[in-house]
Amino acid sequence: MTTVPGTPAPTAPADLATVRGDTGVGASVLRPDGTLKVTGEFAFSSDLWMADMLWGATLRSPHPRARIRSMDIAGALKLPGIAAVLSADDVPGRKTFGLEAADQPVLADSQIRYQGEPLLIIAADHPETARRAAAAVTVDYEVLTPVTSAEAALLPGAEPVHPGGNLVRHVRIRRGDPQAPADIMVPGCYQVGMQDQAFLGPESGLAVPAEDGGIELYVATQWLHVDQAQIAVSLGMPEDKVRLVLAGVGGAFGAREDLSMQIHACLLALHTGRPVKMVYSREESFFGHVHRHPATLYYEHGITADGRLVSVTARVYLDGGAYMSSSPAVVANAATLGAGPYEVPNVAIDVYAAYTNNPPCGAMRGFGAVQAAFAYESQMDQCARRAGLDPVEFRIRNAMSQGSVMPTGQVIDSAAPVAELLRRVRDAPMPAPPRPAGAAGPDLRELPGGVSNTTHGEGVVRGVGYGVGIKNVGFSEGFDDYSTARVRLGVVAGEPAVTVHTAAAEVGQGLVTVQAQIARTELGVDRVVIHPADTAVGSAGSSSASRQTYVTGGAVQAACAAVRAVVFGLAARRFGVPPGDLSLAGGKVVSQAAGVLCELEALLGSEVIEETVTWRHRPTYPLDPETGQGNAHVQYAFAAHRAVVDVDTELGLVKVVELASAQDVGKAMNPLALAGQIHGGTAQGLGLALMEEIQVSGGVVRNPSFTDYLIPTILDMPPMKLDILELADPHAPYGLRGAGEPPTISSTPAIVAAIRAATGRPLTRVPVRPDDIVLALPARGDDPPEPPADLSPASSCALWAAGRG
Amino acid sequence: MRVTCTVNGSPAAADDVWEGESLLFVLRERLSLPGSKNACEQGECGSCTVYLDGVVVCACLVAAGQAQGRDIRTVEGVGDCGTLGTVQQAFLDAGAVQCGFCTPGLIVAADDLLRRVPRPADAEIREALAGNLCRCTGYEKILDAVRLAASQRPGGVTDGGAG
Repeated sequence: MTTVPGTPAPTAPADLATVRGDTGVGASVLRPDGTLKVTGEFAFSSDLWMADMLWGATLRSPHPRARIRSMDIAGALKLPGIAAVLSADDVPGRKTFGLEAADQPVLADSQIRYQGEPLLIIAADHPETARRAAAAVTVDYEVLTPVTSAEAALLPGAEPVHPGGNLVRHVRIRRGDPQAPADIMVPGCYQVGMQDQAFLGPESGLAVPAEDGGIELYVATQWLHVDQAQIAVSLGMPEDKVRLVLAGVGGAFGAREDLSMQIHACLLALHTGRPVKMVYSREESFFGHVHRHPATLYYEHGITADGRLVSVTARVYLDGGAYMSSSPAVVANAATLGAGPYEVPNVAIDVYAAYTNNPPCGAMRGFGAVQAAFAYESQMDQCARRAGLDPVEFRIRNAMSQGSVMPTGQVIDSAAPVAELLRRVRDAPMPAPPRPAGAAGPDLRELPGGVSNTTHGEGVVRGVGYGVGIKNVGFSEGFDDYSTARVRLGVVAGEPAVTVHTAAAEVGQGLVTVQAQIARTELGVDRVVIHPADTAVGSAGSSSASRQTYVTGGAVQAACAAVRAVVFGLAARRFGVPPGDLSLAGGKVVSQAAGVLCELEALLGSEVIEETVTWRHRPTYPLDPETGQGNAHVQYAFAAHRAVVDVDTELGLVKVVELASAQDVGKAMNPLALAGQIHGGTAQGLGLALMEEIQVSGGVVRNPSFTDYLIPTILDMPPMKLDILELADPHAPYGLRGAGEPPTISSTPAIVAAIRAATGRPLTRVPVRPDDIVLALPARGDDPPEPPADLSPASSCALWAAGRG
Repeated sequence: MRVTCTVNGSPAAADDVWEGESLLFVLRERLSLPGSKNACEQGECGSCTVYLDGVVVCACLVAAGQAQGRDIRTVEGVGDCGTLGTVQQAFLDAGAVQCGFCTPGLIVAADDLLRRVPRPADAEIREALAGNLCRCTGYEKILDAVRLAASQRPGGVTDGGAG
């Protein structure tokens, strides 16, 4: 996009970052935005500034469920420096938004469905003035009893959160005979807490009124075009009047798929005629985005005496919270991937998401596969124990491989080296044993509790555990999952230069780096410029589902091929050679028969070749609503972890000693960036295993801060060993396989298995808390899981509890 | 109120500062130095780490008035006259930067560590950086970066402070 003349544009983060070097696909090329990021000059969405800009603030409900009787804004309007106080009445277009259904109010007008729901937005000349104005508003609420249990919300007679009832989606998968006889039945019941993405860059952006009556929004998001579409309809404007530019994104992990401050900032800017900046505080951020769905998972596996999986029956309840967000797709993932990376001939899986008055839940790295994996991997350890087998051996006996059939009937048509990944993490060298508590004493920093000096090794037990997971790559179930790339080749300052323009969101993963690598490889040109991502080019789809290198990478590759074809046409005419004989390398046109024909700049002269390509992966298909059969996913990805932990069994403190992982990535496009993805994904899985949970009580969040919501620090993270396989997927660009999510999926169950191995505790809930280890009490919380009466493996929780030490 | 201080070696003044503002807000919004980041604004994440009279602090926990007359060095002042400092270059080369929001604070904290301890052991690096949250990297490449920077600094030589 271009900015409107006369409007001083905020510094764009990727300011035509120029990437130089002779490195293409497969090289550990450094980030083009890295220099700006280490100097502090990179402009994140919260760094933007314009003369005359106002600050926006949001008034949010303290109650999870209430009716609004009245609001009195007189106190706010009296404050000096207030420019606007807007309510639902001021939303000119559609008053709701949402990714899959527009069920969420831009501003609540009568009903409050979760704590933190926005009611009013305010613009003022100072952020503190705006906050004080929010505090000066009087709202008369009729406080109602919230619906807080996803399972209870689905029972007959439950209070409806929305008029249509509380069922968001049910996906049912049936394959074979789920009642098939088995030698041993292994039941289990598991819970996963509500995890937060906890990106460090808060929700923020700057909306600037444009001279044509439209709006320009500089914002941190994962998907510019889906934001644009939702903003435009709520503003009552055509989409071409709503122009978005990606501002610097301080991490995403799913939390920026849904809108946060986007419509609000645009409304305030249009109302005041001035630029409006909004930046959430950390506390507000906990209320400003969706979270990972908490889950209750009832599983029962049937196995043979010699350790073969016969059947799996699973019922999974996901708490969707107050609004739909992407819950339907999360349900589909939990269901289709719910049996794990194993061959199971007989399957009955039912996954439900329910509306409640808890915080809305949606996308987070791993997206439904994380919750299922904690349950099925815990089950694999139980199955192995019951069969008298080593946990890795049991998994290898049942591991899927290329040609295996998913519970949906989909045949895995590329590499699925599940057994190999498990062997690799099993056979990786073990870390050194714990230092004995000798005369010199152990280094406290290596022990659970660290320098808190809680143990010198007494009561510390080491354990080893394993986990392996499966994740779909890309959007599924027939979604038209495409990306658009515009590639331009011309001569700049006497040398050939390529500009790559997409709307794909660089969120930290390194997409700008890999786009440039692809262009260099495809066009043999050293100088590549990545244009800032904006809505002046077609949609790239979301930076989620481990899909951008695959889909936008595919689009860039295809657009480069289109440019190359034009170049070859020019060269063929000029030199009288067949185009099929030509290639590009080192900035030269090369003929297989005649060698170097010419420099590119000589061939091009002043000509500029520009091609825009919309690229799609192979189609996917919907699931049959009765049987859940269908080729719903385009690609599957796998990762395995081995965790080694030391547990202070007296205090329930855990020190993860080492995490070893193995992952097939098809093609390591940029090994340095890939390692960063695996390390970071593994860390988020460790967080879920040991510390991360938004604690919700009666619909109220009890820990909305980094003081009380803990994410791993550098002291919590152990050294990590990586083992990368590159088994090309013939259907994907360069053979690559999406890589960002799998490590988040398998590290959690591996760590919990290691703690179980050290302690013998059942540990059926994550995050594992010290009292789960020391006291092994039943799961606490508002709503301890009691399976509904119609649940066929209803006895599983009771059996599980009875089996506890 | 008016706040005057030295920032990155140059005199700086901010007018119309509300008494409740933090040093972080003054740096970011009044002195055009947004390099120090605002991830939590309650001293938990370290993304706003700066030197205050040579001692690393969270700028979000320093009231603007407390900066009066003090010497402040931010990530914008860590480099050497337009070129990247050793720590900055090492973060870039080691792949320690992903989204980059934690990076400025970590650069300052790592710079401070290496000034105090030129050859830190891994355990010392972990302890020194434990107040800086990173959500992207899992910290492995950050450790690599600090090791790399340590290996590139003149052994045992420190200049005794940030000022």
